[in-house]
Amino acid sequence: MSTAARTWRKPPLIADPRLRWGLLIGALVYLVLALASIDVNWARVLDGIPRGQRFLSGFFPPDFTTRWGAIAEGLLESVWMTVTATVVGVLISIPVGLGAARNLAPLPVYLGCRAVVALARTFPEVILAIFFVKVFGFGPFAGFLALSLATVGFYAKLLAEDIEDMDPGQAEAVRATGSSWWQWLNYAVQPQVMPRMIGLALYRLDINFRESAVVGIVGGGGIGATLLTAFDRYEYETAAAILIFIIAVVMVLEYGSSWLRRKVQ
Amino acid sequence: MPVVGTGLAREWRRRSVQARLVIWLGWLVGVAIFAWCWREMSGKTIWMFVLDGPEQAADLLERMVPPRWSYMDSLWRPLWDTMNIATLGTLMALIIAVPVAFCAASNTTPSRLLVRPLALFVIVSSRSINSLIWALMLVAIIGPGVFAGVIAIGLRSVGFCAKLLYEAIEEIDESQVEAVTATGAGRVQVLDYAIVPQIMPALAGIAVFRWDINIRESTVLGLVGAGGIGIQLDASIANLAWTQVSMILLAILATVLVSEWVSAKVRHAMI
Repeated sequence: MSTAARTWRKPPLIADPRLRWGLLIGALVYLVLALASIDVNWARVLDGIPRGQRFLSGFFPPDFTTRWGAIAEGLLESVWMTVTATVVGVLISIPVGLGAARNLAPLPVYLGCRAVVALARTFPEVILAIFFVKVFGFGPFAGFLALSLATVGFYAKLLAEDIEDMDPGQAEAVRATGSSWWQWLNYAVQPQVMPRMIGLALYRLDINFRESAVVGIVGGGGIGATLLTAFDRYEYETAAAILIFIIAVVMVLEYGSSWLRRKVQ
Repeated sequence: MPVVGTGLAREWRRRSVQARLVIWLGWLVGVAIFAWCWREMSGKTIWMFVLDGPEQAADLLERMVPPRWSYMDSLWRPLWDTMNIATLGTLMALIIAVPVAFCAASNTTPSRLLVRPLALFVIVSSRSINSLIWALMLVAIIGPGVFAGVIAIGLRSVGFCAKLLYEAIEEIDESQVEAVTATGAGRVQVLDYAIVPQIMPALAGIAVFRWDINIRESTVLGLVGAGGIGIQLDASIANLAWTQVSMILLAILATVLVSEWVSAKVRHAMI
């Protein structure tokens, strides 16, 4: 074979040709089936375009003043819910997370705590909020409980994984000094997981604020309730103002928390 | 590491006096904020209802068991819709996210002054609005149905996918880019042969990760009318058909567990 005729091709992402073509064909078949079952009502979509324009024009300019009282109240409620839910959620997560770490807890405790984490993680905040609203009545308390539970699912899992990944050498060294279990926890485990955990708590604060905008839709209090009212009244200018506020607060939280995380780590 | 005192009274402390003061102040401010938030929130709460809660919960639980198993027959279609919303939404997000990510990554952006801030703004605004709020807006604009759900999930996921992807692009090995450029490749060829192969695994990982999240999120979109199993959930709650509600919750639980298992398998196979 002459060398001139040889060409080089990029190696494909999936090496096995049968698997590659199988996946491709499967994906195409699924795509056709899925797109066929959507049945879009194009007339309705076309109908919506002027409405969409009206909604977009609500952003120029947004109306902050007409419902200022309601917006301020909703935002404050969201902030209260976010802060309390994050603090309480993290406090509950600490024992649960310690219990869910395999290198710390005995098997029955481990299984129990893992079950709590799995249960808290499965359902979205909104579904949790629906039930807490049913049980504890409307208002921010239901949203607070839903966010706290979701925080436990998130934080306890990551705490447990972090403890499982810690350096056993330090843990052994502290234990070799004859420390008690509490001392061991305080001097060997806590300093290893603390920096990352502070960062994650701040990250969760950020998530909780975003979610607090949603639990209001099902009656859990906060800015979501104000937003839903604005939509129901077709007050798109107010809705736009609320959305701008949500984006602004999320941005401030995100930059603030990443700044704090850099400081801590 | 500061040492306090002199002679035999010397003592090792972990932090200097100043650092301890800062930490103590931080705690003070934190606790004060928490106390204020808690007080305001409990002022807004009707404690009579809360105290009644455990009783209500027990009552609700009693009404929810046993789940109405036969209701599952009418849940297959909504579950299929839910899966479609998540999958097509993720697909749509990826199609939009790839160009946005290339514009946002500082080493591939066409213009650092103009295009990059714009792309970053797209990412932030997509990320900060929850998919349920996107759905709320889209249902008002294009009407209820699965289509609104797909677009809501898509718009919400653009920011997430683009953010992770542009971070992956910024972390690529520049020497490969240099090597391909040295062969005389054009801009598109550099993209094709030097950058894309490096980020392909990251892209696949991001897609599966987001798909898993989207399955979870698309189960609730029906609450605002955007299709999927949430519509049945909303209707069953409104009708106080609690045995149906528990059946739906079990179906959601099973779907989420399966999707989590699938995404873990796929990610494991790729890494």
